[in-house]
Amino acid sequence: MDNIESIQKNIRNYIMVFGALAILTVITVGASYLQVGVVSAIVIAVIIATVKGSLVASIFMHLLSEKKFIYILLGVTALLFLVLMFVTLFTVNDQVGIHVS
Amino acid sequence: MQIPYTVEPRPDTGLHNAKIGIWLFLASEVMLFGGLFSAYVLLRTGSIVWPEGSSILSVPIGTFNTMALIASSVTMVLSWAALKINNLSKFKMYMFLTYFLGLVFLIVKVVFEYLPKFEHHLYPSESTFLAIYFTLTGLHALHVLGGVIVNIYFWGPGSKMWETEPERFTNRVEVAGLYWHFVDLVWIFLFPVLYLL
Repeated sequence: MDNIESIQKNIRNYIMVFGALAILTVITVGASYLQVGVVSAIVIAVIIATVKGSLVASIFMHLLSEKKFIYILLGVTALLFLVLMFVTLFTVNDQVGIHVS
Repeated sequence: MQIPYTVEPRPDTGLHNAKIGIWLFLASEVMLFGGLFSAYVLLRTGSIVWPEGSSILSVPIGTFNTMALIASSVTMVLSWAALKINNLSKFKMYMFLTYFLGLVFLIVKVVFEYLPKFEHHLYPSESTFLAIYFTLTGLHALHVLGGVIVNIYFWGPGSKMWETEPERFTNRVEVAGLYWHFVDLVWIFLFPVLYLL
Protein backbone atom coordinates (compact mmCIF):
# COMPACT_ATOMS: atom_id res chain seq x y z
CA MET A 1 0.00 0.00 0.00
CA ASP A 2 1.12 3.57 -0.62
CA ASN A 3 2.38 5.39 2.41
CA ILE A 4 -0.08 7.48 4.39
CA GLU A 5 1.77 10.77 3.79
CA SER A 6 1.57 10.48 0.00
CA ILE A 7 -2.13 9.57 0.19
CA GLN A 8 -2.83 12.61 2.37
CA LYS A 9 -0.98 14.79 -0.14
CA ASN A 10 -3.14 13.27 -2.87
CA ILE A 11 -6.29 14.06 -0.87
CA ARG A 12 -5.33 17.75 -0.90
CA ASN A 13 -4.87 17.50 -4.69
CA TYR A 14 -8.30 15.89 -5.07
CA ILE A 15 -9.96 18.76 -3.19
CA MET A 16 -8.08 21.33 -5.32
CA VAL A 17 -9.11 19.57 -8.53
CA PHE A 18 -12.73 19.59 -7.32
CA GLY A 19 -12.47 23.37 -6.84
CA ALA A 20 -10.95 23.78 -10.31
CA LEU A 21 -13.71 21.66 -11.90
CA ALA A 22 -16.43 23.68 -10.15
CA ILE A 23 -14.88 26.98 -11.30
CA LEU A 24 -14.47 25.69 -14.86
CA THR A 25 -18.14 24.61 -14.89
CA VAL A 26 -19.16 28.17 -13.94
CA ILE A 27 -16.83 29.54 -16.65
CA THR A 28 -18.38 27.13 -19.22
CA VAL A 29 -21.87 28.40 -18.42
CA GLY A 30 -20.69 32.06 -18.35
CA ALA A 31 -18.89 31.68 -21.69
CA SER A 32 -22.09 30.38 -23.31
CA TYR A 33 -23.66 33.83 -22.76
CA LEU A 34 -20.87 35.58 -24.71
CA GLN A 35 -22.02 37.01 -28.01
CA VAL A 36 -19.71 35.01 -30.25
CA GLY A 37 -20.29 32.97 -33.38
CA VAL A 38 -21.31 29.30 -33.28
CA VAL A 39 -17.84 28.07 -34.26
CA SER A 40 -16.14 30.19 -31.55
CA ALA A 41 -18.69 29.02 -28.96
CA ILE A 42 -18.04 25.37 -29.89
CA VAL A 43 -14.25 25.84 -29.73
CA ILE A 44 -14.46 27.56 -26.29
CA ALA A 45 -16.82 24.90 -24.87
CA VAL A 46 -14.74 21.99 -26.21
CA ILE A 47 -11.47 23.50 -24.88
CA ILE A 48 -12.91 23.98 -21.37
CA ALA A 49 -14.49 20.49 -21.41
CA THR A 50 -11.16 19.01 -22.52
CA VAL A 51 -9.31 20.74 -19.65
CA LYS A 52 -11.93 19.45 -17.18
CA GLY A 53 -11.80 15.96 -18.67
CA SER A 54 -7.99 15.95 -18.51
CA LEU A 55 -8.12 16.87 -14.81
CA VAL A 56 -10.53 14.01 -14.06
CA ALA A 57 -8.52 11.51 -16.12
CA SER A 58 -5.08 12.50 -14.87
CA ILE A 59 -5.82 13.11 -11.17
CA PHE A 60 -8.96 11.16 -10.22
CA MET A 61 -8.25 8.23 -12.58
CA HIS A 62 -4.51 8.37 -11.80
CA LEU A 63 -3.48 8.43 -15.45
CA LEU A 64 -0.52 10.66 -14.59
CA SER A 65 1.27 7.63 -13.17
CA GLU A 66 -0.07 4.50 -14.82
CA LYS A 67 1.54 1.43 -16.27
CA LYS A 68 2.65 1.29 -19.91
CA PHE A 69 -0.03 -1.28 -20.80
CA ILE A 70 -2.81 1.22 -19.95
CA TYR A 71 -1.18 3.98 -22.03
CA ILE A 72 -0.90 1.65 -25.06
CA LEU A 73 -4.53 0.59 -24.64
CA LEU A 74 -5.72 4.20 -24.35
CA GLY A 75 -3.53 5.27 -27.29
CA VAL A 76 -5.24 2.72 -29.56
CA THR A 77 -8.64 3.77 -28.16
CA ALA A 78 -7.91 7.46 -28.80
CA LEU A 79 -6.90 6.68 -32.39
CA LEU A 80 -10.07 4.69 -33.05
CA PHE A 81 -12.14 7.40 -31.36
CA LEU A 82 -10.69 10.01 -33.72
CA VAL A 83 -11.47 7.78 -36.72
CA LEU A 84 -15.04 7.48 -35.42
CA MET A 85 -15.36 11.25 -35.04
CA PHE A 86 -13.89 12.15 -38.41
CA VAL A 87 -15.37 9.34 -40.48
CA THR A 88 -18.47 11.49 -40.85
CA LEU A 89 -16.38 13.96 -42.87
CA PHE A 90 -16.65 11.52 -45.76
CA THR A 91 -20.32 12.47 -46.00
CA VAL A 92 -19.13 15.80 -47.43
CA ASN A 93 -18.40 13.84 -50.59
CA ASP A 94 -22.07 12.86 -50.75
CA GLN A 95 -22.81 16.38 -51.88
CA VAL A 96 -20.34 16.28 -54.75
CA GLY A 97 -22.25 16.03 -57.97
CA ILE A 98 -25.49 17.38 -56.55
CA HIS A 99 -26.68 20.18 -58.78
CA VAL A 100 -29.24 22.61 -57.52
CA SER A 101 -31.19 24.02 -60.42
CA MET B 1 -10.46 -22.25 -7.66
CA GLN B 2 -8.59 -19.10 -6.70
CA ILE B 3 -8.85 -16.22 -9.16
CA PRO B 4 -5.28 -15.16 -9.98
CA TYR B 5 -3.84 -11.64 -9.78
CA THR B 6 -6.64 -10.03 -7.76
CA VAL B 7 -4.11 -8.31 -5.50
CA GLU B 8 -0.60 -8.96 -6.76
CA PRO B 9 0.24 -7.51 -10.18
CA ARG B 10 0.73 -9.75 -13.20
CA PRO B 11 4.44 -9.90 -14.05
CA ASP B 12 3.89 -9.03 -17.74
CA THR B 13 1.55 -6.03 -17.37
CA GLY B 14 2.41 -4.87 -13.86
CA LEU B 15 -1.32 -4.59 -13.15
CA HIS B 16 -3.89 -6.65 -11.28
CA ASN B 17 -6.50 -8.27 -13.53
CA ALA B 18 -9.47 -6.17 -12.44
CA LYS B 19 -7.68 -3.01 -13.50
CA ILE B 20 -6.91 -4.37 -16.97
CA GLY B 21 -10.52 -5.54 -17.19
CA ILE B 22 -12.03 -2.18 -16.31
CA TRP B 23 -9.76 -0.25 -18.70
CA LEU B 24 -10.67 -2.62 -21.56
CA PHE B 25 -14.33 -2.11 -20.69
CA LEU B 26 -13.87 1.67 -20.55
CA ALA B 27 -12.15 1.55 -23.96
CA SER B 28 -15.29 -0.11 -25.36
CA GLU B 29 -17.38 2.56 -23.61
CA VAL B 30 -15.35 5.31 -25.31
CA MET B 31 -16.30 3.75 -28.64
CA LEU B 32 -19.97 3.45 -27.63
CA PHE B 33 -20.30 7.10 -26.62
CA GLY B 34 -17.89 8.12 -29.40
CA GLY B 35 -20.23 6.60 -31.97
CA LEU B 36 -23.15 8.55 -30.55
CA PHE B 37 -21.14 11.80 -30.41
CA SER B 38 -20.20 11.17 -34.03
CA ALA B 39 -23.90 10.71 -34.84
CA TYR B 40 -24.61 14.01 -33.06
CA VAL B 41 -22.00 15.84 -35.18
CA LEU B 42 -23.40 14.28 -38.37
CA LEU B 43 -27.00 15.15 -37.48
CA ARG B 44 -26.12 18.69 -36.44
CA THR B 45 -23.92 19.54 -39.42
CA GLY B 46 -26.41 17.91 -41.77
CA SER B 47 -29.46 19.82 -40.57
CA ILE B 48 -30.57 23.16 -41.96
CA VAL B 49 -31.68 24.50 -38.57
CA TRP B 50 -30.58 23.34 -35.12
CA PRO B 51 -32.10 24.70 -31.91
CA GLU B 52 -29.95 26.31 -29.25
CA GLY B 53 -29.86 23.81 -26.38
CA SER B 54 -30.72 26.45 -23.80
CA SER B 55 -33.99 27.23 -25.62
CA ILE B 56 -35.28 23.71 -24.90
CA LEU B 57 -33.27 22.54 -21.86
CA SER B 58 -32.77 24.18 -18.48
CA VAL B 59 -29.18 25.40 -18.06
CA PRO B 60 -29.51 25.92 -14.24
CA ILE B 61 -30.72 22.31 -13.79
CA GLY B 62 -27.97 21.01 -16.07
CA THR B 63 -25.38 23.05 -14.14
CA PHE B 64 -26.70 21.73 -10.82
CA ASN B 65 -26.44 18.14 -12.06
CA THR B 66 -22.92 18.79 -13.39
CA MET B 67 -21.88 20.01 -9.94
CA ALA B 68 -23.52 16.96 -8.32
CA LEU B 69 -21.59 14.54 -10.56
CA ILE B 70 -18.29 16.39 -10.10
CA ALA B 71 -18.80 16.34 -6.31
CA SER B 72 -19.61 12.62 -6.45
CA SER B 73 -16.41 12.02 -8.40
CA VAL B 74 -14.31 13.65 -5.68
CA THR B 75 -16.12 11.75 -2.89
CA MET B 76 -15.52 8.53 -4.84
CA VAL B 77 -11.76 9.08 -5.02
CA LEU B 78 -11.78 10.13 -1.34
CA SER B 79 -13.53 6.87 -0.41
CA TRP B 80 -10.71 4.94 -2.11
CA ALA B 81 -8.09 7.11 -0.38
CA ALA B 82 -9.80 6.40 2.98
CA LEU B 83 -9.28 2.67 2.42
CA LYS B 84 -5.65 3.31 1.52
CA ILE B 85 -5.16 4.86 4.97
CA ASN B 86 -7.12 2.00 6.62
CA ASN B 87 -10.14 4.09 7.60
CA LEU B 88 -13.29 2.08 6.88
CA SER B 89 -15.71 4.50 8.55
CA LYS B 90 -14.48 7.37 6.36
CA PHE B 91 -14.76 5.11 3.33
CA LYS B 92 -18.40 4.42 4.25
CA MET B 93 -19.13 8.13 4.66
CA TYR B 94 -17.59 9.11 1.31
CA MET B 95 -19.15 6.15 -0.50
CA PHE B 96 -22.55 7.07 0.92
CA LEU B 97 -22.09 10.63 -0.38
CA THR B 98 -21.04 9.25 -3.78
CA TYR B 99 -24.14 7.16 -4.39
CA PHE B 100 -26.37 9.76 -2.74
CA LEU B 101 -25.13 12.41 -5.21
CA GLY B 102 -25.59 9.87 -8.03
CA LEU B 103 -29.20 9.37 -6.92
CA VAL B 104 -29.68 13.16 -6.73
CA PHE B 105 -28.46 13.39 -10.33
CA LEU B 106 -30.92 10.71 -11.48
CA ILE B 107 -33.90 12.13 -9.55
CA VAL B 108 -33.26 15.64 -10.90
CA LYS B 109 -32.84 14.23 -14.41
CA VAL B 110 -36.11 12.30 -14.34
CA VAL B 111 -38.34 14.55 -12.19
CA PHE B 112 -37.19 18.00 -13.34
CA GLU B 113 -36.09 17.28 -16.90
CA TYR B 114 -37.62 14.19 -18.52
CA LEU B 115 -41.12 14.28 -16.98
CA PRO B 116 -41.79 17.99 -17.72
CA LYS B 117 -40.64 17.35 -21.31
CA PHE B 118 -43.11 14.47 -21.64
CA GLU B 119 -45.88 16.60 -20.12
CA HIS B 120 -45.26 19.11 -22.91
CA HIS B 121 -45.31 16.25 -25.44
CA LEU B 122 -41.61 16.70 -26.14
CA TYR B 123 -40.71 13.10 -26.99
CA PRO B 124 -37.66 11.77 -28.85
CA SER B 125 -39.85 11.53 -31.96
CA GLU B 126 -40.57 15.28 -31.84
CA SER B 127 -37.28 16.46 -33.38
CA THR B 128 -33.77 15.31 -34.26
CA PHE B 129 -32.40 17.38 -31.38
CA LEU B 130 -34.67 15.68 -28.85
CA ALA B 131 -33.94 12.25 -30.35
CA ILE B 132 -30.18 12.61 -29.86
CA TYR B 133 -30.70 14.38 -26.49
CA PHE B 134 -32.77 11.52 -25.05
CA THR B 135 -30.47 8.88 -26.56
CA LEU B 136 -27.27 10.40 -25.17
CA THR B 137 -28.61 11.44 -21.75
CA GLY B 138 -30.72 8.27 -21.40
CA LEU B 139 -27.72 6.03 -22.04
CA HIS B 140 -25.65 8.14 -19.67
CA ALA B 141 -28.36 7.96 -16.97
CA LEU B 142 -28.38 4.15 -17.29
CA HIS B 143 -24.64 4.22 -16.67
CA VAL B 144 -25.16 6.40 -13.58
CA LEU B 145 -27.80 3.94 -12.34
CA GLY B 146 -25.41 1.01 -12.85
CA GLY B 147 -22.67 2.85 -10.96
CA VAL B 148 -25.04 3.71 -8.10
CA ILE B 149 -26.04 0.04 -7.72
CA VAL B 150 -22.38 -1.08 -7.64
CA ASN B 151 -21.46 1.69 -5.17
CA ILE B 152 -24.37 0.79 -2.86
CA TYR B 153 -23.15 -2.82 -2.92
CA PHE B 154 -19.61 -1.83 -1.93
CA TRP B 155 -20.97 0.52 0.76
CA GLY B 156 -23.19 -2.25 2.15
CA PRO B 157 -22.74 -6.05 1.87
CA GLY B 158 -19.66 -5.84 -0.36
CA SER B 159 -17.66 -4.08 2.35
CA LYS B 160 -17.50 -7.32 4.36
CA MET B 161 -14.52 -8.25 2.20
CA TRP B 162 -12.55 -5.53 4.03
CA GLU B 163 -12.34 -7.83 7.09
CA THR B 164 -10.83 -10.76 5.20
CA GLU B 165 -9.12 -9.30 2.10
CA PRO B 166 -8.60 -5.55 2.58
CA GLU B 167 -6.27 -5.05 -0.41
CA ARG B 168 -8.58 -6.89 -2.77
CA PHE B 169 -11.51 -4.80 -1.53
CA THR B 170 -9.47 -1.61 -2.04
CA ASN B 171 -8.74 -2.71 -5.61
CA ARG B 172 -12.44 -3.34 -6.21
CA VAL B 173 -13.30 0.16 -5.01
CA GLU B 174 -10.56 1.61 -7.23
CA VAL B 175 -12.04 -0.20 -10.24
CA ALA B 176 -15.57 0.99 -9.38
CA GLY B 177 -14.08 4.48 -9.05
CA LEU B 178 -12.51 4.36 -12.52
CA TYR B 179 -15.94 3.53 -13.95
CA TRP B 180 -17.59 6.31 -11.94
CA HIS B 181 -15.04 8.91 -13.05
CA PHE B 182 -15.60 7.84 -16.65
CA VAL B 183 -19.33 8.45 -16.23
CA ASP B 184 -18.48 11.91 -14.87
CA LEU B 185 -16.10 12.47 -17.80
CA VAL B 186 -18.82 11.69 -20.35
CA TRP B 187 -21.18 14.18 -18.67
CA ILE B 188 -18.48 16.88 -18.73
CA PHE B 189 -18.71 16.73 -22.54
CA LEU B 190 -22.46 16.06 -22.79
CA PHE B 191 -23.43 19.12 -20.74
CA PRO B 192 -21.94 21.87 -22.96
CA VAL B 193 -22.69 20.01 -26.19
CA LEU B 194 -26.41 19.55 -25.44
CA TYR B 195 -27.27 22.42 -23.09
CA LEU B 196 -25.05 25.32 -24.10
CA LEU B 197 -24.29 25.11 -27.82
